[in-house]
Amino acid sequence: MEYVLLVIGAVFVNNFVLSRFLGICPFLGVSKKIKTAMGMSGAVIFVMTAASAVTWSVQRFILVPAGLEYMQTIAFILVIAAFVQLLDILMKRFVPPLHAALGIYLPLITTNCAVLGVAVLNTQEGYGFVKSVLFGFSGALGFSLALLLFAGLRERLDRAQPPKAFEGVAIALVTAGLLSLAFMGFSGLV
Amino acid sequence: MSILGTAVVIGLIGLVCGVLLAYIAGRFSVKEDPRVEEAIAVLPGANCGGCGFAGCASYAKAVITGDAPVDRCSAGGAAVVDKLSKLTGRSGSASEPKAAVVMCGGDNNAAKQKSVYNGITDCGAANIVSGGPKACIYGCLGLGTCARACPKNAIRLEGGIASVDPALCIGCGQCVSVCPRGLIRLVPRSHRIHVLCSSPEKGAAVRKVCSKGCIGCGLCVKAEGGVSMTMSGAIARIEYDKAPVANPEAVAGKCPSKCLVNLDLSDRGERA
Repeated sequence: MEYVLLVIGAVFVNNFVLSRFLGICPFLGVSKKIKTAMGMSGAVIFVMTAASAVTWSVQRFILVPAGLEYMQTIAFILVIAAFVQLLDILMKRFVPPLHAALGIYLPLITTNCAVLGVAVLNTQEGYGFVKSVLFGFSGALGFSLALLLFAGLRERLDRAQPPKAFEGVAIALVTAGLLSLAFMGFSGLV
Repeated sequence: MSILGTAVVIGLIGLVCGVLLAYIAGRFSVKEDPRVEEAIAVLPGANCGGCGFAGCASYAKAVITGDAPVDRCSAGGAAVVDKLSKLTGRSGSASEPKAAVVMCGGDNNAAKQKSVYNGITDCGAANIVSGGPKACIYGCLGLGTCARACPKNAIRLEGGIASVDPALCIGCGQCVSVCPRGLIRLVPRSHRIHVLCSSPEKGAAVRKVCSKGCIGCGLCVKAEGGVSMTMSGAIARIEYDKAPVANPEAVAGKCPSKCLVNLDLSDRGERA
């Protein structure tokens, strides 16, 4: 039950994009088409889950014993960047189709704040290994949900004719705000 | 812990990551044919999809691996085919350079409107909803679905009709596939005479809905001598696989409804 609540909390109540305000850059950048949004979602789910595991280990086995918790941000950025690069190389060699699908999105999320955010949140909440990985996965799931919803809305907006002053980024930001407002309805659920 | 110790620990993490990456990159690197990069450099980089591949990069890869012939790039023309042949050692001849032409001349002055269309700006949608605003069910809907598909912004919308700028057109065919009425054709640039009407209806029915439609009088075919032009029912047709019409001015002058036009498509802009 605890795990179920954790997932629901990360996906709906404290959605990474819409209520924690993390990962806004790809949320606005790669949401013009559902297809690219799917690619990005896949990459984010993959990286956030794996990065949670890696950063948890770094925190637990290197930073805490050395008394270096305050260097968390730098250490995490370093490790995540190297880790994503590593995945990129290995994927290109062993699973070329997956690399072709996620390839261009992987470098984009190397220093994504949602990925770093999940690592920092994990240590803040004091989650164990399993919980950390689960939180990373469900946080990415929440990100994907928001991204896909938003991409769907934007595809429709493309065909609508908003007033001249609202065209382009303006209407996209207004839409994002309304979507966030809608997600606020989940607050207090968990 | 002192500042030195901190620096050492963080530095060590960095070092381990770096060494690991260097090792993995060397151990598991994927060897790519250097010619792929060269082929990408040769291609125009328009990513128009005219070759049938996802973009210039994937076409380049297919050419080098031998999965695709060297003469698929319609945007690059003969120059690109030459360079790709040199690169791969395989020969291929460039197909004749082509340009897209919208086979309809019914602008808002010529074509009668049967309704006012207020729906979403998309030809496909308008075509489904009562066939759009024009009375002619074969004519250009003028909502610019083709213009949005064009990677080179070569299609303009003026007076309720789309027209292609031949100097900008790279002949990729994206517009051809999105037009719900199939009005756009890729034609050889050597041809000058084109029938800007796609209505197969008889003269009286065409006249009723558009002043610029082909009424099937056959005067142009007579003037041309029936070599590269024929009558297909009640509409004149250009045989694009035959030689271009020899006397374009004389033939175009014969058309009473001015749907037969004499277009100069030879200007290929900066790529000539």
